[in-house]
Amino acid sequence: MADPETPALQAPGGPQGPALELVGIDKRFGPVHANRSVSLRVSRGSIHGLIGENGAGKSTLMNIVYGFHRADSGEIRVNGRRVEIARPRDSIGAGIGMVHQHFMLVERFTVLENVLLGAEGGRMLGKGLGEARAGLERLGRDYGLEVPLDAETGHLPVGMQQRVEILKALHHRAEILILDEPTAVLTPAEADQLFRMLARLRDQGKTVILVTHKLREIMAITDRVTVMRQGAVVHETATRDTSAKALAEQMVGRSVLLRVEKGPAKPGAVLLEVRDLEVRDRLGVARVKGATFALRAGEIVGIAGVSGNGQSELIEALAGIRPAASGSILLGGHDLAPAGSGRGDRRSQGIAHVPEDRLRMGVVASFSAEDNAILGYHARPQFARSGFLRRQAIRSDCEGKMASYDVRPPSPGLRITAFSGGNQQKLVLSREIDCNPSLLIVGQPTRGVDIGAIEFIHGRIVALRDAGKAVLVVSVELDEIMGLSDRILVMAGGEIVGEIAGADATEEALGLLMAGVGADPVK
Amino acid sequence: MNPAAKLPRWAEYGLLPLINLCAALLISGAIIRLIGESPWAALKLMVSGAFGAQDSIGYTLFYATDFVFTGLAVAVAFHAGLFNIGGEGQAYIGGLGVGLVGLAFGSWSPWIVIPLGVLSGCAFGAAWAFVPGWLQARRGSHIVITTIMANFIASALMTYLLVNVLIKPGQQSPETREFGPGAAMPAVHDVLARMGIEFAPSPFNLASLLALAACLFVWAFIWRTRWGYALRVVGQNPQAAVYAGISPGRTILVAMVLSGGLAGCLGVNELMGSQHRMLLDFPGGAGFVGIAVALMGRNHPLGILAASLLFGALYQGGSQLSFDMPHVNRDMVILIQGLVILFCGALENVFRAPLAAILGTAGRRPA
Repeated sequence: MADPETPALQAPGGPQGPALELVGIDKRFGPVHANRSVSLRVSRGSIHGLIGENGAGKSTLMNIVYGFHRADSGEIRVNGRRVEIARPRDSIGAGIGMVHQHFMLVERFTVLENVLLGAEGGRMLGKGLGEARAGLERLGRDYGLEVPLDAETGHLPVGMQQRVEILKALHHRAEILILDEPTAVLTPAEADQLFRMLARLRDQGKTVILVTHKLREIMAITDRVTVMRQGAVVHETATRDTSAKALAEQMVGRSVLLRVEKGPAKPGAVLLEVRDLEVRDRLGVARVKGATFALRAGEIVGIAGVSGNGQSELIEALAGIRPAASGSILLGGHDLAPAGSGRGDRRSQGIAHVPEDRLRMGVVASFSAEDNAILGYHARPQFARSGFLRRQAIRSDCEGKMASYDVRPPSPGLRITAFSGGNQQKLVLSREIDCNPSLLIVGQPTRGVDIGAIEFIHGRIVALRDAGKAVLVVSVELDEIMGLSDRILVMAGGEIVGEIAGADATEEALGLLMAGVGADPVK
Repeated sequence: MNPAAKLPRWAEYGLLPLINLCAALLISGAIIRLIGESPWAALKLMVSGAFGAQDSIGYTLFYATDFVFTGLAVAVAFHAGLFNIGGEGQAYIGGLGVGLVGLAFGSWSPWIVIPLGVLSGCAFGAAWAFVPGWLQARRGSHIVITTIMANFIASALMTYLLVNVLIKPGQQSPETREFGPGAAMPAVHDVLARMGIEFAPSPFNLASLLALAACLFVWAFIWRTRWGYALRVVGQNPQAAVYAGISPGRTILVAMVLSGGLAGCLGVNELMGSQHRMLLDFPGGAGFVGIAVALMGRNHPLGILAASLLFGALYQGGSQLSFDMPHVNRDMVILIQGLVILFCGALENVFRAPLAAILGTAGRRPA
């Protein structure tokens, strides 16, 4: 984990001339004023953080710099010279490279072929490939970016794929590198590696712009930071002159809590008991191996682990999305596993589930908010009578949810994707909590959620616990796991390798367990 | 430029299809000019051929009825994320169901035979669509491939049946004998005549009411029932469907059975309404036109009604055109229809981005 105090990552020298300068960038999408006369100076050879809540306009701004959007007014200067950027090709030509949150890689291509994409260098690939190989090997050595060039990209771990994206930008001669939420998909260790890589790039004179909503990253690695709120720049400062709390308040525009407020848990009877659970993926590989644990009413249990170590499969099996290969899942003494019951049955048994990947599973992107607010509950009598949907009831139910969960804007008919991530998640959470479950399984409660909403969502989860329900949380954010959980289970390699009481948990202890070191298996 | 640019509803559902249609007609006009005919005269002939007289209106509406059935069939499957190319075969086999009822019970009262024919047509079409649906749901065989293959099988099967089994004895052409009088769907001109209104005779018959009812049914089913909701969830996000406890497999079967049933109704219009016997290839490509109709109609029953009318008019006006203009033969008419499908279907987004830009700037000025 990158330590906020690590001085080695800060730039040694003072700032030089601006590598990138934005002057009065203004952009509207219909009624939405996405960027309000934004000006920004990014010094050469520095790491500049751009921080703001979802919808603050940082992605729009970077997409303008990269040529995906065109500003309505304002100008872009690279190395002091004004440039016209109408399409990505122009910005690549100006020495700007971008690593998107969702990688733009062809999974079936090798690393080399992916890097070559857009820089084929002629009709035949042979020459370009040879040059690219030599160039990449050099880049890899210079920046510590070694990647197996002939591996199929889709088979590489996510952190490695991100490296390919960075290499691709460097191969296209980028001097300014923009990274959009680069750690969203990374494990803590991978994020650390990335930061070391970025520091190295900076030290070699490259300019890095880091777009993120994670304060920890800004504090750990940037030299300067710009805060955006509602499309405008509201604050800019040297990172060493500010604090995470001050930045958070600038982002949200009011004071915020960075930790979860909760009293001690009052655990009741055992509600869920999992014994020797094994879950296999589609290829028959065991992803969860002999998981055994119990969950009491009135407690929050967190599952920590590097992503891809069986947490997703475990909660999907508990939620009824995946079948259990063997073992038992006892809910209030009844074994759910052998019945092979699907998600619908589990829901009616009182297991609510907020899936890890909201857009992939938790909502239907093309549906309105109100249609999403009944997903999974659409057959219940309050929403459907003799097969016909009760439109009126659905709308007023959604209005109620929006009011009590502060979903903004409170428009049930609006398409779900028009809401920010935080508001989408609040709606999903309200849907799952409102049905009064005895067990709530939450995957990544605050993925892609802005700070203001994080506080709210954590509050609701704690309130559910205090109402005597059981909660199981999986998150890749260790802070979140430590803040929320009364007990923490650590998973590594598909097994539960340790358990720590929430109050005693430290990042170091969890990190060791997650890495499979000093494992003390719970039996 | 963004190919998925958002347009206001009136432009999305009105202006854009109109622009696409005009573009298709413009190019058709250029081609007609090239072969030495007047585009303007051709257009006038087509319009008057489709709407110029009572009987031509009747024919236009008769064809449109076919397209409503097949268009709805495509749309229902599409909402479940399935591209059902098999409307043609489903209509063909559905027609077999209609025809068998007509042959077997034609002497009974139409009050029994016609509903029986509708049910039988639906059931046969549904059964034919069930097979690819089942293969998709349980075996993962791609619906596009299997429905196309089912079209060929349907065609071969019907040829066999008509040539060897159902053919009227002592006859050369592969057709059945005429249905009994009970299997005749009343023609609209007859119904009007009974009410004292004179209307020129055409095959336009009361199956068109069934088509309207089918539109209403599809609308209510897709947007107002929980099964339609489940179907749309599966179509939009199968993983969310699993999460919601909806079985994608079962939903695919429901969608395909409904789709095939709708396509199967074509036989009611064609056989009970017009031919009064079974003959080779009576769907005549309507199953494929249904794809274009659904595409153009944005998979909404209202849009499908409008698009069916357009294609009905093209069909009827086109045959009039090829009849009246010596240089414009049947193939030319198919070319024009093809251009309309091309612009309204495959190229429907060509004018979207420019239109959005124009409307966008126009909308911003007053602000």
